[in-house]
Amino acid sequence: MSVGAWEAFWLIVRRELRISFRRPAELLQPLMFFLIVTTLFPLGLNLQLALLRDMAPGVLWVAALLSSLLSLDALFKSDADDGTLEQLALCGQPLSVIVTAKTFAHWLVTGVALVLVAPLVAMALNIPGFAFATMMLSLGMGTLTLSWLGAIGAGLTVGLRRGNVLLSLIVLPLAIPLLIFGAAATDRAIAQIDATGALYFLAALCVLTCTLAPFAAGAALRITLE
Amino acid sequence: MDTVLNGLGVDKVHIWRGEQHVLKGVSMQAAPGDLVHVSGPNGTGKTTLMRVITGLLHPEQGRVTWCAKAIDRSRTEYQSALAYLSHEPALKADLTALENLNFSVGLKRSVSAEELNDCLSRAGVAQCANLPARVLSAGQRRRVAMARVMAMRASLWLLDEPFTNLDARGVELVSALLLAHVRDSGIAVVVAHHDLQVAWPLRRLELT
Repeated sequence: MSVGAWEAFWLIVRRELRISFRRPAELLQPLMFFLIVTTLFPLGLNLQLALLRDMAPGVLWVAALLSSLLSLDALFKSDADDGTLEQLALCGQPLSVIVTAKTFAHWLVTGVALVLVAPLVAMALNIPGFAFATMMLSLGMGTLTLSWLGAIGAGLTVGLRRGNVLLSLIVLPLAIPLLIFGAAATDRAIAQIDATGALYFLAALCVLTCTLAPFAAGAALRITLE
Repeated sequence: MDTVLNGLGVDKVHIWRGEQHVLKGVSMQAAPGDLVHVSGPNGTGKTTLMRVITGLLHPEQGRVTWCAKAIDRSRTEYQSALAYLSHEPALKADLTALENLNFSVGLKRSVSAEELNDCLSRAGVAQCANLPARVLSAGQRRRVAMARVMAMRASLWLLDEPFTNLDARGVELVSALLLAHVRDSGIAVVVAHHDLQVAWPLRRLELT
């Protein structure tokens, strides 16, 4: 009996999660990077709480961006190295479904984990508790969008020797709108101003990448496999 | 035009790599029960040909057909009919042999653990079922990869150097599996440096 796309999607997600949880060091690396970078700022600013609070949204988002980039290089790399990518491409499922499953699993272990530890970091950065919900919502959408942008970049660079440098050069410029609207949403929440506009922009970017990036990343992988 | 109504057709395929003309109008046909041995010196495009046949690589000229249809036009049907063994065993080091098989075969068809265990057993690696692929030897990994080919229940086997890293018993075992597959009206295209020791009429394709 052949396997439907939905079934294949969950099978790949389960496989990716199982592999991730069997490599705890790799799983924790981006998270530790995020925690360390964000906690270094309060130490460097000598308890200037007002300045820290002003800088907090930018620090938080730049750290989230860089931490996501750390793990994106590995999104397809190990599959390409051990021949699994070829098997996935020949499994009879559309590459867009395979890419969607892998990217979703990547977001679950990096993006969601980052969102969950964000309140801890926010306390260190003197972000008030009432801004946590907006901050977490914006980070959730932002990290998912980043995973998608990264999937396109990773698909294009997976066959290259120094692909991680090129990946950063591809993804970081594309992530600028995320940084602007993500930091703006958090900033406005801290200032107790309505952040809906910035959140809508983030949601629009998130929907745009979730719907179009699977095809772009699938096409990028197909080119790379040739 | 060379097409096989119920099999594989490769029709005047050309591939260039930069200035190098790797595949120079290669043609072959394989019907059910055919065992094709692709051979030739290093660098003559044996693996390239296999990648063209799988559909991973598009030929610059010529075409590949499955059941008389171009594989680009019947990709899903074609991919469900093929099992490919590449140079790399395509096993995730952190998953056990059984998990590896379950995840890769499970994307093609619903499969039970008993069936996968049976395939591992037929490949002579039943004892490795619950070991992570990282601890397996190169030969054992090759056998697990061969078990995956069997578990896919595909009619077309594309095997690129299936005897690499195998000991004498492993070579015998893979030869026996090949024989059983073609006897069962399957098609096998095998890239191998050495002669195939299979008691079955071989069709040879020598690349130069």
